[in-house]
Amino acid sequence: MANTLIEAKNLKKYFSTPRGMLHAVDDVSFKIEQGTTMGVVGESGCGKSTLGRTMIHLLESTDGKILFKDRDVTKVNKKELIKLREEMQIIFQDPFSSLNPRMSVRETVIEPLLLAKRYSKAEAGQKAEEIMSTVGLDERLWNAYPHELDGGRRQRIGIARAIALDPSFIVCDEPVSALDVSIQAQVLNLLQDLQEQKNLTYMFITHDLSVVRHISQNICVMYLGQLVETSPSKELFKAPLHPYTKALLSAVPSTDIRHKKQRILLQGELVSPVDPKPGCRFAARCNHACERCHEPQKLEEVSPGHFVSCCRVKELN
Amino acid sequence: MSEETKKNKDALLSVRDLEVVYTSSGAVVHAVNGVSFEIEKGKSLGLVGETGAGKTTIAKTILGVLPDPPAKVLKGEIVFEGRDLLKLSEKEMREVRGKKISMIFQDPMTALNPLISVGDQIAEVVSLHENCSNKEAAQKAMQMLEMVGIPADRYEEFPHQFSGGMKQRVVIAIALACNPELLLADEPTTALDVTIQAQVMDMISELQKKLNTSMILITHDLGVVAESCDTVAVIYAGEIVEYADKEELFLNPQHPYTLGLFGSIPSLTDDVDRLKPIPGLPPNPEDLPEGCSFHPRCPHATEACKKGVVSYVEAAPGHFVLCNHCKDCKKA
Repeated sequence: MANTLIEAKNLKKYFSTPRGMLHAVDDVSFKIEQGTTMGVVGESGCGKSTLGRTMIHLLESTDGKILFKDRDVTKVNKKELIKLREEMQIIFQDPFSSLNPRMSVRETVIEPLLLAKRYSKAEAGQKAEEIMSTVGLDERLWNAYPHELDGGRRQRIGIARAIALDPSFIVCDEPVSALDVSIQAQVLNLLQDLQEQKNLTYMFITHDLSVVRHISQNICVMYLGQLVETSPSKELFKAPLHPYTKALLSAVPSTDIRHKKQRILLQGELVSPVDPKPGCRFAARCNHACERCHEPQKLEEVSPGHFVSCCRVKELN
Repeated sequence: MSEETKKNKDALLSVRDLEVVYTSSGAVVHAVNGVSFEIEKGKSLGLVGETGAGKTTIAKTILGVLPDPPAKVLKGEIVFEGRDLLKLSEKEMREVRGKKISMIFQDPMTALNPLISVGDQIAEVVSLHENCSNKEAAQKAMQMLEMVGIPADRYEEFPHQFSGGMKQRVVIAIALACNPELLLADEPTTALDVTIQAQVMDMISELQKKLNTSMILITHDLGVVAESCDTVAVIYAGEIVEYADKEELFLNPQHPYTLGLFGSIPSLTDDVDRLKPIPGLPPNPEDLPEGCSFHPRCPHATEACKKGVVSYVEAAPGHFVLCNHCKDCKKA
């Protein structure tokens, strides 16, 4: 059995807004094993990016624990945090705004190496060249600036920067969403190669269900800040249990025209995550909602590794 | 498919040999390079391709809203109800635009005027094209709101009071307000979440059938095409590389680019360890390669592909492929 690398325990992140407390991440718990990928899916505004940022302490959590190699990330001081950041990195969604337009590819990749004070200037330069080759950036591009490159290559710079200090954990926040499918496939393959070579652990945030199925071993489904279902990825796609997961999977347009899917159409849209009522947040759109759904729900293990937060899960499946 | 396709008398719109370029500071960008297709009444055609393939340029050319300069239509014709739209005056075109042909834009956030209530924005189209009083126009706008699933009492509300999916419904209501013959939907659901996308696409398809409107659906998502189009045209570097009925295209794709697209999409049902991406990058439209524009990325490219003209072959009745190596094809 692999070891748990990072674990969230009852993690909460609230934002204070003029209208009240926005519950972006509400009581989320899960574990990620070393060398595996945890996919996080959900629609816009469900708190998946906030969760990713809170996990690596780019955002301070409101409550709960994040255990990284058995250390609580939420409790470390500034100095320790800087060291910790070398092990936890992030790849951002938008390869256009996440790179400094005034820094060349080489400068962008060298920067973290010099900041870590592990290498001399010459060593850092050499290491940067190695990394740039690893992520498939041609030598002729090393002195280019971001605006000269297309989205796929820019995303490779983002990846190069993230792996520069040999981290063990990387949050990938929609890393391929801005890319065309043919380029998206190239970047996904690169991420998989790097994971194999370096035994990396990913938390892969995306709204694209076919991508998440392809890349992750385990999947968390989020809805309005809450974790509604988590399961090994194959099982989730074969036998989704939560009504929201079912609706989400049925809504994905499929290229398989031989099998027409039975689509579960959801009524209405997301309710506000500001000062939400207790109970299941999906109840307002759920076709199976009943009285009990307005009481707080608990994540329960239905089969090994498959957790669902729905009081009617047994009678409905 | 210029010569191959027989001129179809039933066609509502037929685009023939369209060529559009953009010129900027001396450079010439070849956005659309000889595109021909037809669409019949009540049918829907999917234009699929990646960023920069020329999809939106085609739609804008049909609607006559290309910015000129820098854009220029070099040749071709767009015959709609027997008239060549490219030859119409701006005054005549205004009668067509919004009334006979209308467009749904990708981004509902920027397609609506933030200072005018949603109801008035729908009523505006109606009073421009229909001979009616303001009151009747407002009445029609309310009907349209109800039709796209928004309660009519939200008439007075402004775009910022609506969510993304609702705004896109308003845009659709504006596009359909005058019962157009042809609807150009440019990535209508790309900005929306999947569950909302499912609602909106179902609604578009339903209304399109109900009103017997023809539709050109522009998208990069093969899944969306599979669910809502009758025929599909795959576009690469401003050319249609493959054109067929939906069933034929999805079950029997022929062009190496189409095959590459299918290999790049992770499956929702099958287990694939590694994706098979198309190597390389789309060509620079300022400097398209000689011969077949896909040859630098094509695994089957030969010397013949690098030079000379590639022509369409008919792989099956009505299934056209722009490729020299389409194996089970006979030269059409």
